[in-house]
Amino acid sequence: MTRENSFYGPLEDPAADAGHLDHPERVGFFTDTSVCIGCKACEVACKEWNLVPEDGFNLLGMSFDNTGMLGADSWRHVAFIEQPRRLGGQDAGVAGLPTGPSRIEETTEVVSAALRETERGGGELGTESVDLGFPSFELPGAGNGAEARTDFRWLMASDVCKHCTHAGCLDVCPTGALFRTEFGTVVVQEDICNGCGYCVSGCPYGVIDRREGDGRAWKCTLCYDRLRDGLEPACAKACPTDSIQFGPLAELRERAQERLEQLHADGVSEARLYGESPDDGVGGHGAVFLLLDEPEVYGLPPDPVVPTRDAGAMWRSAAVAASAFVVAALSAFLGRARP
Amino acid sequence: MNADCIVIMGSNMAEAHPVGFQWVMEAKARGAEVIHVDPRFTRTSALADLHVPLRAGTDVAFLGGVIKYILDNDLDFREYVTAYTNASFLVDERYVDTEDLDGLFSGYDPETGSYDRSSWQYEGVDAEGADGVRAKEQSSSYEAGAGGAPLEGVGEGVASDPTLEHPRCVFQILRRHFARYTPEVVSTICGVPVDRFLRVCRAWTENSGRERTTALVYSVGWTQHTTGPQNVRAGSIIQLLLGNIGRPGGGVYALRGHANIQGSTDIPTLFNLLPGYLPMPDTSHENLAAYLENIRGKDQKGFWYNADAYTVSLLKEYWGEKATPENDFCFDYLPRINGDHATYRTVMDMVEGRVFGYFLLGQNPAVGSAHGHLQRMAMANLDWVVVRDLAMIESATFWKDSPEIETGEIVPEKCRTEVFFFPAASHVEKSGTFTQTQRMVQWRDQAVEPRGDQRSELWFFHRLGVLLRERLAGSTDERDRPLLDLAWDYAMEGDEPSAEDVLRRINGIDLRTGKPVNGYPELRADGTTSSGCWLYSGVFADGVNQAARRRSHLEQEAYDLEWGWTWPLNRRVLYNRASADPEGRPWSERKALVWWDAEKGEWTGHDVPDFERAKPPDYRPPAGAVGPEALRGDDPFIMQADGKAWLFAPSGLVDGPLPTHYEPHESPVRNLLYGQQGSPARKVYGRPDNPSNPAPPEPNLDVFPFVFTASRLTEHHTAGGMSRQVPYLAELQPALFVEVSPELATERGLAHLGWAHVVTSRGAVDARVVVTDRMTPLRLPDRVLHQVWMPYHFGQSGVVRGDVVNDLIGVVVDPNVFIQESKVLTCDVQPGRRPRGRALLEYLEGYRRRAGVTEETGTRIATAGRLDPPAHTERT
Repeated sequence: MTRENSFYGPLEDPAADAGHLDHPERVGFFTDTSVCIGCKACEVACKEWNLVPEDGFNLLGMSFDNTGMLGADSWRHVAFIEQPRRLGGQDAGVAGLPTGPSRIEETTEVVSAALRETERGGGELGTESVDLGFPSFELPGAGNGAEARTDFRWLMASDVCKHCTHAGCLDVCPTGALFRTEFGTVVVQEDICNGCGYCVSGCPYGVIDRREGDGRAWKCTLCYDRLRDGLEPACAKACPTDSIQFGPLAELRERAQERLEQLHADGVSEARLYGESPDDGVGGHGAVFLLLDEPEVYGLPPDPVVPTRDAGAMWRSAAVAASAFVVAALSAFLGRARP
Repeated sequence: MNADCIVIMGSNMAEAHPVGFQWVMEAKARGAEVIHVDPRFTRTSALADLHVPLRAGTDVAFLGGVIKYILDNDLDFREYVTAYTNASFLVDERYVDTEDLDGLFSGYDPETGSYDRSSWQYEGVDAEGADGVRAKEQSSSYEAGAGGAPLEGVGEGVASDPTLEHPRCVFQILRRHFARYTPEVVSTICGVPVDRFLRVCRAWTENSGRERTTALVYSVGWTQHTTGPQNVRAGSIIQLLLGNIGRPGGGVYALRGHANIQGSTDIPTLFNLLPGYLPMPDTSHENLAAYLENIRGKDQKGFWYNADAYTVSLLKEYWGEKATPENDFCFDYLPRINGDHATYRTVMDMVEGRVFGYFLLGQNPAVGSAHGHLQRMAMANLDWVVVRDLAMIESATFWKDSPEIETGEIVPEKCRTEVFFFPAASHVEKSGTFTQTQRMVQWRDQAVEPRGDQRSELWFFHRLGVLLRERLAGSTDERDRPLLDLAWDYAMEGDEPSAEDVLRRINGIDLRTGKPVNGYPELRADGTTSSGCWLYSGVFADGVNQAARRRSHLEQEAYDLEWGWTWPLNRRVLYNRASADPEGRPWSERKALVWWDAEKGEWTGHDVPDFERAKPPDYRPPAGAVGPEALRGDDPFIMQADGKAWLFAPSGLVDGPLPTHYEPHESPVRNLLYGQQGSPARKVYGRPDNPSNPAPPEPNLDVFPFVFTASRLTEHHTAGGMSRQVPYLAELQPALFVEVSPELATERGLAHLGWAHVVTSRGAVDARVVVTDRMTPLRLPDRVLHQVWMPYHFGQSGVVRGDVVNDLIGVVVDPNVFIQESKVLTCDVQPGRRPRGRALLEYLEGYRRRAGVTEETGTRIATAGRLDPPAHTERT
């Protein structure tokens, strides 16, 4: 039952689209980063429940983030962003304090250099390393050493698989290991996955990843086993401030909108939703985020597009090209037939 | 959650108490302003509306400035202050304030470093227990815990001036005492710009009063100072002046450090307390009558007057039928204390060879206690150590892998200590209760059976008691009687004592019927009731385990009275009588909590009234009344000896009736306000193995130029025994690091993620450098001051390892409760790794030599008005 919209654009009911006839409501996450306290309980609860292995004991120097990125062994990732910028009406208490210019760019250089040395060069984040935590907003050498601090903010956000309406990973999976569940979520079946890795390049967010020494692809299942037992996912259950909320997606989208309006009214004008629109490049997320600045600040792609968006056009182009060949071939014969 | 403003100071609530922090976020979502005052920008600051960085250890100066702001601008809640506090009471003529004695109160003796407190009393009230030396040795303030300090002769009322005009009334003394704490002075001492300080004052006062309330939150960032209890006092004075005690959304929240720390002080493991904050008897208490006379005033008001019933019921619980009126209910079986037997003194006694054995239960002093080196040297000089823990912690393996092995100070082959390790059952492997920060007792059921040899603490101590009694059976030696006569007869579930039966016995039993009592008012002093802790009486009311109640908050009213059980008597807000005016009407509809229902003739409301239910607001005690009967209908502070909240503490504290700004023991700064540099009553332990970095007026301050503070990360748990062993936690914070500002990094040549080491006169510790704008240098009049911070979770075992940060910290304690000053000291920071082995000892010796450190450094504590103060060393 493939329709035009199955690859791109708004899609009301992805579970039905995948063939689930009588299915429960689509569920998902609403991650409200404005109340995230960076406790990482989500990361731990996820690993405990899903038996995800530890991910290495490395001090990354990216603020308090020692996880680095989502991957086969980190299905939740809390990003920490320290910046000399103001957050809404917050007074960070640093303005006017007796310092030279912030030398935060030096830490950026250290982290960037370290990332370049890593096996995957930090590229799995889907963004440039400058977005990892210490972006610089000043030209190098701009400070003269006599200025005071101006402002500061520390953003925290728990990232997770987006469970896209049009999931790039799912659409390219040749074995059927990735499938759309009755809840509208996207799950890898570990006993079917053959480790081909197409999904890794198919994900516009760099979420899904192959596990070293195992070869298979792993990512957040939105706790499919818990959902089937009527429980909420482990991360949402563990979140002490309800930064991670679980529920029917339609309800979460409404809640996200209300919260956004409240924050705007409170003067946090930079706040925005991410992945809530069915019109975006992946048909909207199953995991909606409320961010306090542009997605790039958190290391998220600003305009993600599912690779299959162009599938129709590509086939059409291919068809046109094929027709042209046919026409050319025919015309050759026909031409020869002419005396 | 009901607060209009939340001031968090000396606490990193979001990181150390993330679950409780959800209510702060909830209040913020409802519009409350959240203010965080802290040296560092932490995860709490990240969520606050305002963060105020200040110099570590200057909290009293900051709070004193707030008090002055309130008084100068007449912003106090005058009706509340007049009716419910001791603001109008007159103080003895002989009292002299710090204003006139260069930072000392009247009664100070520089030779003993302690106060004779008789001049701090109310006018016409007898001084009781004013002997400062004994008080300082026994941490007697702590002993006053639940009841407040005793007072004599207040039954008939204290001389007072309700207009608050009398020059000797508490209110006017308060004005004079804090007259120096101007915004400019606060700014200079704390390094906080004036406008930012005033913004805090405005937010706090504008969100307090009849219609609004402000909550105050603190944790060990306030307490772990030589002025710790005075920091809390200063906060309490503000909350009382603004009418924020006993009211919804008000209060002073003392966040505890672990799941059951509140429980372990209620039913304590402290040398000077018995359950329910009854003092431990000392050598002056010949018999029960002498003890009781000493712990409560002869004719004092309030429920503490019934301490005889609480004590006798406790003795009946301990010794059952053996405890009779004829033998003083076995009072003589209780040990007597005669001085300082607190943890640090005991550790030093181990070094001296005066202690032979050590039980460590869920405690890892080799990593988690101040002066780790001293802790390990002490343990290496014992006959035996028993460690009960979840994992093989550093305190069990110190003899073979402590840092002292490298330096040769401990030699495994020669270390005489025999270590017995018992694997412990974790909280999910046993049933029992936790008592949380908000005094809530919550029952938890066993989820899984403990594995292997793991057993519960309850099993261990019950079994130990059984074995000891078997070993002593038939003994005729008098000294074995206390053990042999114990009522060691708890109900058993298999070989495990029933935790529920223990809770029932803590609740208390009416021995005539065998049924649990319903609350402490039912306890009697004639031996017909027993109770293991009078404060917990009622947790088994009606024979039901009230702590196990779990009715959803969706099915009950806002105060969730059927979720768990809160001492005392399930009252959620202490002293909530103060939420109503003297006539018993709520101060405002918005802040209504309990009120007097004249028709029914009883107190009622959203919470359980913390007051006698049927006592009308206009009740006045008859002449000669004592105890609860002497409490007026408008005396909300029912445990206090005068029924009032104390702005001025005539007794109870040994280091002053009012908080005063003293510099920390180790400070790079001279006290701006007084000649008295540090707390004049702090307890110093001047010993060669416990050196101090110099502080003014001593010289060589530039050797340790930076202010050091340490605390926790969310990702780890205290000494790390429960987190460094767990990969899922360890990977989140895998290495010990030191946070420095970009400016300090430049000054000292430190590179982000490179190595540095931090040095004090006690030790040197390696750490990775984290350069961050969250550490901000502060501007003081003559310099820019740098502060550094480290987490203290690391040790030499576990999945992730690091040096022990507590090795940097020395032992100096406050004189009231003997809390160590571990939140502020001075240090040096150098790039690269520290020397190792013998070279480390020489390196530290070099530092001490350059700083001129001897065992006398920091022990000349009386610096006010004297040129030659005496040193307080172990030799003198």
